[in-house]
Amino acid sequence: MNQIIGKALIETLEMVFVSTTFAVILGFIPAIILTITAKDGLKPNKVIYTILDFIINTLRSFPVLILMIVIIPLTRFIVGKSIGTEAAMVPLTIAAAPFVARIIESSLREVDKGVIEAAKSFGASNTQIIFKVMLKEAVPSIMSGITLTIISIVGYSAMAGTIGGGGLGQVAISYGYQRFQTDVMIETCIILIIVVQILQLLGNYFYNKLSK
Amino acid sequence: MIEIKNVIKSFGQTQVIKDVSISINEGEIYGIIGHSGAGKSTLLRCINGLESYDGGSINVMGKEVSSLNGSSLREFRKDLGMIFQNFNLMQRKNVFDNVALPLEVWGYTKSEIKDRVLELLKLVGLDDKRLSKPSELSGGQKQRVAIARALALNPKILLCDEATSALDPKITKDILKLLSKINKELGITIVIVTHQMEVIKEVCEKVALLDGGEIKAEGKAEDLFLKPGKSLKKFLGEEDDGILPDDGINIKLFFPSNSSENALITKMARELEVDFSIVWGKLEKFREEVLGGLVINIRKEDKDKVIKYLENKDIILEVLE
Repeated sequence: MNQIIGKALIETLEMVFVSTTFAVILGFIPAIILTITAKDGLKPNKVIYTILDFIINTLRSFPVLILMIVIIPLTRFIVGKSIGTEAAMVPLTIAAAPFVARIIESSLREVDKGVIEAAKSFGASNTQIIFKVMLKEAVPSIMSGITLTIISIVGYSAMAGTIGGGGLGQVAISYGYQRFQTDVMIETCIILIIVVQILQLLGNYFYNKLSK
Repeated sequence: MIEIKNVIKSFGQTQVIKDVSISINEGEIYGIIGHSGAGKSTLLRCINGLESYDGGSINVMGKEVSSLNGSSLREFRKDLGMIFQNFNLMQRKNVFDNVALPLEVWGYTKSEIKDRVLELLKLVGLDDKRLSKPSELSGGQKQRVAIARALALNPKILLCDEATSALDPKITKDILKLLSKINKELGITIVIVTHQMEVIKEVCEKVALLDGGEIKAEGKAEDLFLKPGKSLKKFLGEEDDGILPDDGINIKLFFPSNSSENALITKMARELEVDFSIVWGKLEKFREEVLGGLVINIRKEDKDKVIKYLENKDIILEVLE
């Protein structure tokens, strides 16, 4: 049993970290575009902002469980199958990316306008302002946003387990629920609690380190 | 150096700058004073194109600011350093990296950056703080870092937006001394926007009073403060009418710096054998000079005698009715 749980834990962690990585990559670009085109941004553009804003809100309105089923064709196209850990990574990434986009956007918007003005005053270009000033200043805030994302994805991944995504969620459902092995259920819950605590501690540690 | 002509600027329906014209010469320290909301910070931002203006012309070193955009505007801004009330330093960079940022942006090499930054930190007196983060510095030190950053690209003009408003009086003096030094040693023209009278008195040669988006008074700082017009008196909150005696004649004397120490008043009393009372007086320090104003009350019959005497001594005076 311990072997099964150990393997499931590794699957969960795989799902979480691969999905987070891709979600951050996917979410980063729209976040930058939203920040630039916002009303008080470096190059306001209402049309682009509104469209992107709408797409992100739409993606965020799907419950994760529904999203997993809806995008099965896309999942098949990308990883070649619709069941298993790899298959779960696709919907997890797509569920988390718009979340990440919002988090990075709000972190960038929190950057002191005065600092941006100072950068303009010595002739920095918009690209330099984004990469050398805004992102640099926003790193701690983005870091704590990513911690939030990772922990949400841990929750999502457990849901993925219930529909054949593997990981701790699947163990809890198939052993703990369907076979009435309450001890397995409790064990997986404890492991999840520990995982989340460790992730949050790590997140706080990096946040403190970066904001100094 | 900077020619501002009939500039107009509105935010939505409100006109914040109404037909302002100012001329600032090379090497000057020029003060723009006014209450908050008078439009002075906006005017300052028009000079380096951080704000646009709706009408009129701003010509800086032969370039019309509104005609610049994109890379020509960025290139132009290299010549205009700027410092701010809230310092606007990057919290996550140390002092060295904050000062280095403009140089990095303009593609200087690592060794050029190092030499220049160390030289600048020496100039502002912070060479021992180069590895500190802004959060570890006092307000005065932060402003010094900001000054070093503003000077990094060797600008011809330094714009100061309420640069001392967040600092206590002692630190304000130190920062103003530094600005004076920069003006003298590096020959940088400085434009200061402030609501603090001390700032104007301490460093500014010329001053413009901006109120409700209009220039209400303009001229040499000492002239303006020794003989303030109505709007400046209102700004200073000193309406001295009403406190002077009603009988006799009140004469206000202005002492330029070279005569204020001479015992002119007592000499006059002795030589003319007249009696008078001193009813109001003030001494002000303007940069290096001490200037004074004094109101004496004399008898009507002594008026011509006294005025003639004073005029012979080249004293500027004003008979207050």
